[in-house]
Amino acid sequence: MLSIKNLKARIEEKEILKGISLEVKAGEVHAIMGPNGSGKSTLASVLAGREDYEVTGGEVDFLGKDLLEIDADTRAREGIFLAFQYPVEIPGVSTTNFMKTALNQIREHRGEKPLDAVSFLKRMKEKMKLVEIDQSLLSRSLNEGFSGGEKKRNEIFQMAMLEPKLAILDETDSGLDIDALRIVANGVNALKSKDNATIVVTHYQRLLDYIVPDFVHVLYNGKIVKSGTKELAFELEEKGYDWIKEEVDASA
Amino acid sequence: MEKISGQLILNALTDQFETFEKSLNGQSKSNAHQIRKNAFNHLVEHGFPHAKSEEYKFTNLTKALEKNFELRTAQRSPSLSNKQISSVEIENLDAHKIVFINGKYSETHSDKIDVTGLKIIPLNKALKDSPEKLEAIFSTKADYESDPFIALNTAFSQDGIFIEIEDNVIVARPIMLHFIGDCQQDELLYQIRNIVKAGKFSQCTIIEKFDNIGSTPSFTNAVVEIDVAENAFLKYFKIENDTDKAYHVSNIHASQAAKSTLTTNTYALNGAIVRNNLNIMLEDEGCEAYMNGLYLLDGKTHVDNHTVVDHKKPNCYSNELYKGIMDGSSRGVFNGKIFVRKDAQKTNAFQSNKNVLLTNKAIVNTKPQLEIWADDVKCSHGCTTGQLDMEALFYLQSRGIQKEKARGMLLQAFANDVLETVSIDAIKDYLKAIFVQRLKK
Repeated sequence: MLSIKNLKARIEEKEILKGISLEVKAGEVHAIMGPNGSGKSTLASVLAGREDYEVTGGEVDFLGKDLLEIDADTRAREGIFLAFQYPVEIPGVSTTNFMKTALNQIREHRGEKPLDAVSFLKRMKEKMKLVEIDQSLLSRSLNEGFSGGEKKRNEIFQMAMLEPKLAILDETDSGLDIDALRIVANGVNALKSKDNATIVVTHYQRLLDYIVPDFVHVLYNGKIVKSGTKELAFELEEKGYDWIKEEVDASA
Repeated sequence: MEKISGQLILNALTDQFETFEKSLNGQSKSNAHQIRKNAFNHLVEHGFPHAKSEEYKFTNLTKALEKNFELRTAQRSPSLSNKQISSVEIENLDAHKIVFINGKYSETHSDKIDVTGLKIIPLNKALKDSPEKLEAIFSTKADYESDPFIALNTAFSQDGIFIEIEDNVIVARPIMLHFIGDCQQDELLYQIRNIVKAGKFSQCTIIEKFDNIGSTPSFTNAVVEIDVAENAFLKYFKIENDTDKAYHVSNIHASQAAKSTLTTNTYALNGAIVRNNLNIMLEDEGCEAYMNGLYLLDGKTHVDNHTVVDHKKPNCYSNELYKGIMDGSSRGVFNGKIFVRKDAQKTNAFQSNKNVLLTNKAIVNTKPQLEIWADDVKCSHGCTTGQLDMEALFYLQSRGIQKEKARGMLLQAFANDVLETVSIDAIKDYLKAIFVQRLKK
């Protein structure tokens, strides 16, 4: 589904991704872990098409398309979804209106008719239940005045509405209490199928108790320095990141 | 002596004023006419605003008028088809229509208005029937010494509308004042004077729109005096969506009696240079004044809103919200003054001006001014200017919404709190349609 080869990217003059390669197949869950500043969020942002970053090398193929050639909204319509680490507050735009616009643009892209009002509301209700969001939140301005947990649940709600092929969760667990974490993870798991894939970017192993990854990759200093299965996450939890840093720095 | 600004215009105007006086057949000797003379002499003595005039420092109308107008008097009579006229109307607006063509009341295009307790008289007729009224009408709130364009208007204006809503009268349909000009061949200049008197417990909505058809320059200069009596409710809409060569100055002077409510809505969408002076005097206790403004500018359009709200008595409330979106190399100017006099305790006065600049060439100059002499008041003001929020734009895009559409959603969201104050659906739709059309590009 997603094939990243030797991806390099920088922001202004600072090189952050220094050659990342990663293969993600349909049905898989990949966790990307790593210490702060290792480039995890940058990788998520670059895949979603944030323009602040300049890609300086490498290739990204998504379902046969050159991802780096298309802009953020087209990527989303092709099936990429980024759950933001810091969801943006947008006063004056209601969640409902926003979702309707987004969903219909994606449907149009797929050659489908826009959803009628009844089906749309039905779908909203169904997906709200999934992440236990109160209906009143949806008529309010997007994320405005939402608590941290509400914002993260709203991200997963949007993901449920848009049914992406590849979901990238950027530190969705940060700042969540255990109940919210469980709700978010349940939502993600419910959406998992053999046709879609998930990349979970996280600093902590905690989320991976709920969203169990098939593969774990450790990012350090802009490169994937170690890959393994979920046991690697336990090891990181136990020993921290220092041993990896030492290993990498010693071999450098 | 200080050099007079706009001497070229003044020379042309002096000839015109003499011609005008001759046309009055002796009326020019009347006491009432003296006020025109005084206003004109004041203008000649003091000139038009110069580049350093504090009140006009961002808006050099004098230079623009000198550069773009020949100021010849002879003008062909207008030839506008009904189709051209209806092209500038607001769709689905259910209103009493009063139409002026080239600054003159047009009976053919205006509705016959028959509402009990509503008096509507074209000014030209009122002055012809009883010229002595001029003194009463022209020497009230809009002081010609306070603004050169009021002086110009006082000297020359011969038409406009006099609207009186009697006590307790509710006028259900809005009154649309439509000033349409023929700019197909000649430059067009005219003065308009409107007087609105809203009686006690009366209720009315008035809409004012200037449209010029064609591509020659136009200069329209309007003075509106509004009297809102006790417990009256008045709404005043001003819509500016004129040609790229339309120069427009508006002076609205309103005074409110006890417990009255005045709402002004000023929407500036297109023009060459537009200057709006809005002055509201809260003369007695319990008044409410709402000032809503939206300017959505593109190209080289220059819009300058100068507002004053003067709290003279206790327990009044004023709320001002002006928002602007500047595209292309347009320029917006906002100057909002709030005065709270010593007597005006328990005043609530709020002001907010927010701007978005879409290009590097767009400019906004904003200046809030609060002067408070009372000591028990609640006042706030704030102004912000920024670019479109790129983080928000990316967020919308990351959900599949096309960039242009996302941009439109954000700008509409920005303007929403002003758009939501529009109480007439046809006007709301009109504004939203312009919004959508502008944001498409």
